[in-house]
Amino acid sequence: MPVRPVSVGERIKRREDPRLIRGLASYTDDLKLHGGLHAAFVRSDYAAGKIDKIDTSRALARKGVVAVYTFDDLRGKVGRTPCVARPEPGRDAEHPLLADGFVRWVGQPIAVVIAEDRYVARDGALDVSVDISPLPAVVDLRRALEPSAPRVYADHKDNIALHIPRSNNPEVEKLFAEADGIVKLEIINQRVAPVSMEGRAVLASWDEGPQKLTLWTSTQVPHLVKQSVAQCLGLSEIRIRVIAPEVGGGCGAKIPVYAEECLLPWISKELRRPVKWSETRTENLMGTTHGRGHLHEIEGAYKKDGTLLALRGRVISDCGAYPSFFGASIATFTPLMMPGCYRVKAVDVEVVVVYTNTMATDAYRGAGRPEAAYTVERVLDEVAVATGLDAVEVRRRNFIPKSAFPFTTATGAIYDSGDYEASLAKALERFDYPAARAKQAKARAEGKLVGIGVATFTEICGLGPSTGASPIQRTGSWESGMVRVEPTGNVVITTGASPHGQGQETAFAQMAADAFGIDVNDVEVMHGDTDVVTHGVGTFGSRGLVVGGTAVHMALQKVTAKASRIAAHLLDAKPDQVTFDGESFRVAGSERKMTFRQVAEAAHLWNVPIPGEEPGLEAVARFEPTGTTFPFGAHFCEVEIDPDTGEVALTRYLAVDDAGKIVNPLLADGQRLGGIIQGLGQAMCEEVVYDESGQLLTATLMDYAMPKAHMFPRIELDSTCTPTHLNPLGAKGIGELGTIGSTPCIVSAVLDALRPRGVKSIDMPLKAERVWRALAEAKR
Amino acid sequence: MIPENFEYFAPRTLSEATALLAQKPDAKLLGGGMSLIPALKHRLAAASALIDLGRVPELEGISDKRGKIVIGGRTTHRALTTPGEFVDVHAIHETAGSIGDVQVRNRGTIGGSLVHADPAADWPAVFLALDGEAVVVGAKGERTIPAAQFFTGMLASAPKHDEVLTEVRLTVERKRAGTAYVKMRQPASGFAIVGVAAQVTLDRGGRIERASVGVTGVNSMPFRASALEKRLIGQTPDAASLRKLCARVEEADPMEDMHASSEYRAHLAGIYAMRALAAASSRAAR
Amino acid sequence: MKISLNVNGKPQERDVEPRTLLVHFLREQLGLTGTHIGCETTICGACTVHLDGRAVKSCTLFAVQVDGRNVTTVEGLAADADHLHPVQTGFWEEHGLQCGYCTPGMIMTTSALLAENPNPSETEIRHAIEGNICRCTGYQQIVNAVQHAAKLGGKGAR
Repeated sequence: MPVRPVSVGERIKRREDPRLIRGLASYTDDLKLHGGLHAAFVRSDYAAGKIDKIDTSRALARKGVVAVYTFDDLRGKVGRTPCVARPEPGRDAEHPLLADGFVRWVGQPIAVVIAEDRYVARDGALDVSVDISPLPAVVDLRRALEPSAPRVYADHKDNIALHIPRSNNPEVEKLFAEADGIVKLEIINQRVAPVSMEGRAVLASWDEGPQKLTLWTSTQVPHLVKQSVAQCLGLSEIRIRVIAPEVGGGCGAKIPVYAEECLLPWISKELRRPVKWSETRTENLMGTTHGRGHLHEIEGAYKKDGTLLALRGRVISDCGAYPSFFGASIATFTPLMMPGCYRVKAVDVEVVVVYTNTMATDAYRGAGRPEAAYTVERVLDEVAVATGLDAVEVRRRNFIPKSAFPFTTATGAIYDSGDYEASLAKALERFDYPAARAKQAKARAEGKLVGIGVATFTEICGLGPSTGASPIQRTGSWESGMVRVEPTGNVVITTGASPHGQGQETAFAQMAADAFGIDVNDVEVMHGDTDVVTHGVGTFGSRGLVVGGTAVHMALQKVTAKASRIAAHLLDAKPDQVTFDGESFRVAGSERKMTFRQVAEAAHLWNVPIPGEEPGLEAVARFEPTGTTFPFGAHFCEVEIDPDTGEVALTRYLAVDDAGKIVNPLLADGQRLGGIIQGLGQAMCEEVVYDESGQLLTATLMDYAMPKAHMFPRIELDSTCTPTHLNPLGAKGIGELGTIGSTPCIVSAVLDALRPRGVKSIDMPLKAERVWRALAEAKR
Repeated sequence: MIPENFEYFAPRTLSEATALLAQKPDAKLLGGGMSLIPALKHRLAAASALIDLGRVPELEGISDKRGKIVIGGRTTHRALTTPGEFVDVHAIHETAGSIGDVQVRNRGTIGGSLVHADPAADWPAVFLALDGEAVVVGAKGERTIPAAQFFTGMLASAPKHDEVLTEVRLTVERKRAGTAYVKMRQPASGFAIVGVAAQVTLDRGGRIERASVGVTGVNSMPFRASALEKRLIGQTPDAASLRKLCARVEEADPMEDMHASSEYRAHLAGIYAMRALAAASSRAAR
Repeated sequence: MKISLNVNGKPQERDVEPRTLLVHFLREQLGLTGTHIGCETTICGACTVHLDGRAVKSCTLFAVQVDGRNVTTVEGLAADADHLHPVQTGFWEEHGLQCGYCTPGMIMTTSALLAENPNPSETEIRHAIEGNICRCTGYQQIVNAVQHAAKLGGKGAR
């Protein structure tokens, strides 16, 4: 038994925070290098057009402007914008770092002005004049599929980037034929902007002496940036060091490697001076990848008893103007997760990813899975309505039972573990569902529009193995961890995960503290620097702890094993006689012991060499997941709608989640709460809006509505714990859970409130006018 | 987002400010800057010179002069948020308190907001409903502009380039009277999708003797709901009657944007008029 | 233009272009990079500082406007790591931050709130941070942080 308090499982406050709360952390834009220049971009005002002329002369004449670059300067010298999920030839579209004669979306970089300071760079960018002959643009994703639609790429035969046809599974048709009824839904999962509070920022510095590039960039994936930039610029990756310093959020949009991240290094190499660029919020809204942008046409076959037999239909996903890093592959997760936590017998869903003259889409908290969860939850609500069963009862009747795990779904996903009934039961009890329904009935009798929503859901975390990645994706699914013990017994950990708010500096330190019986504060966790971290993939897809943490755990075990062998030798015992009790290595049946710190010193002094061992105490590990974890949850909420205005007030929200074993409940709560509000943001107010000509109407936070504090009640949290067997931590991943559950939950509540007034369907965002209009139309 | 460069002046007195204005035809006055600075940053506005009124103390202050609340043009929203001595004038602090956020209210000013004449700004509604007047001072002297003549178009108001808005005067009924301001916020910016200010005076029998209703956010210019005001005279302000009376706001000729269609704005004008009148009436009845 | 002002208790004299925004002045000329830029349209509050004790958005102020006045940034709240402002302690204890980018602005807004209203209700706290956007936390742990700070006596040294 451990002799000291174990820190894993405790609510330990973060070790990242002291620098952050004092304003002493360094984000990319905070860094200043001697002789540093600033970049400002000239971007397209048109969604589609041919560039007739670019005049940079006025900018070049401005005092303080050092250089201006257009595509002509890059031609033949650099590659295209990085992408690891490439559509097939003929459908693929390579995206230049600066527009090469044509523009395809509002915000596309056309030229870049380099100046001595940020103000002059902006002035210079405004000096550049660009003549563009506008071409017809296609903005709506369904319109993009019509034969008469303008084509985003004139040399393509249509606007399709990726097409996975229906399998025409006979089982599906059989089940539809056997069904008592069919629900049919058209569901829009609107395009949203990730809006990490720190926009993207890049600082590139080419050092001509050692021939080395240092690139600071606000990214979730520094190692992928290194690889991508090397490839784009034709540099050897050993000449590149990428650093993700403090990163102010990502939400998926900092996974893609962008044109700016390739361009600035090239410019720095050209000018042999450091160059910095920090995007404005308008650039962020128009030029950083968006998320979602799905249209689902879905049918569900059900039995009178509420059983959902099968799903069929089509997922149309808006790719935007070019295939971003993972962009074209995101929608492939949607059909995979369409069964949710239910025993759906067969699924046959077509996927069509289409180009439009808009910003590219890519991963956004959940990436393809929230779209699936939202759709299947909407289907189940409709089955409940059609069968006259309670929404909760319908879910319960369709659950995959606890005894069935591991469970292979109709779409081939292998669910590791689950106990959906347990989380639902806990949620029902906490929410006091019968009382809530009784209260609702009373409110309805008074003419109030009150609704109760429910969502039960599961999702994919810590995707793996690498062989099972999306058919068109080309990245590994493993992660690295390194543990180095200093002679004093203090510990340095490096991780290939690249946290940007998740708190892995704390969580991994807790793991090391428990492994070696040392204080959390005697562990340093380093990340986000490709010269420091052996190799890695990054932080996204709720993989930080599940995959990255497991790699660290494996490295800790390797070190413990070696420390144990050293201790055994020094204590004159056989290795299998020595055990670590959380503080000391002890020899069974004797008083002989050594602390971890004594072993660390011995391993470095090496004055008593250990036969068969090398000096020192460190280990590197890579964890390749053998499968994917599926956390889950049951969420309930309550809304009241103002019948005069259509405003939706969220009056109660309860989340019971199961992410397996939790390393730090304080951080886990933070992930859940943030995720829930992010999902509610999409459901209630967020939406990227382009007009018909492709102009971006939501180009500032004056028009793009972010969720704000006063919109929400206190969220109630509870949990169940169903560990996974796929990693030694038993952790299932938590980053995206809240987002995935909350969106369908509140829509379920709003429709529940509106159904008595004849409203049958509504799309997000649940803006007051939309709700008011639905009420008005139902009345007619 | 970075503005073009400009000359900057910080006069210490009103006469210094007006003299500077007379000399600089392209200059703009800088009040709290909450609208002007973002416009300059986005280069939607340009000025060769900015004349900052931030150091002219005579433009700040609030006083209650026999039925008229007199507010210095440079008085911040914040100063008007706290009920203070005119605790009964709900419409004033409800307006001030609903503008933007704490930081914006700490800087933004009533005069700046009125002169800027954003069609979705909050102050115009109460300015109209409380029969406001604006005092402006220019090189040629002082004049008073009644609220009805103050707004001249979208983002356009009556003060001339060389004039400084020095005072806003609002007329408050004290006997059997009440006021209110209610709004629907545009979810991103906090501006009014619709904002309605009302002042109601009741007769001894509890019927409406006089009502004034100012509406912002709906049309390209704020307006008084005059037809409704007439209709209200002699009516009992109970919920059912107000709902009926407010079913239509005749003057509404609404704008349309991605945040609200014109149809919705027209509908909201009635709903918020009803709510403002209900609140003002219940205060009047107290 | 020459301006002289007091920043975090220290007098500063600098030459600035009139168009220099206060936030850029603080970050680039004084190296106080704790004040962040998040939206540039006076919405997100990441750039919040105190001007003569009141919360203002430094992206919507010219440095020349604060000539002769007192500015406090997040760096000026605590003398050192052992003497945190109660609001900073609250954010740390209650996990009121994740990526940390909105945090300095949140801390400045809520420390100004507590200076005026030492014991705000949850609703008052939520309204007070209407002008501060956080993408990570969902705000609840920020509310907890402010309540925690209020219990510690809110105002702090400054």
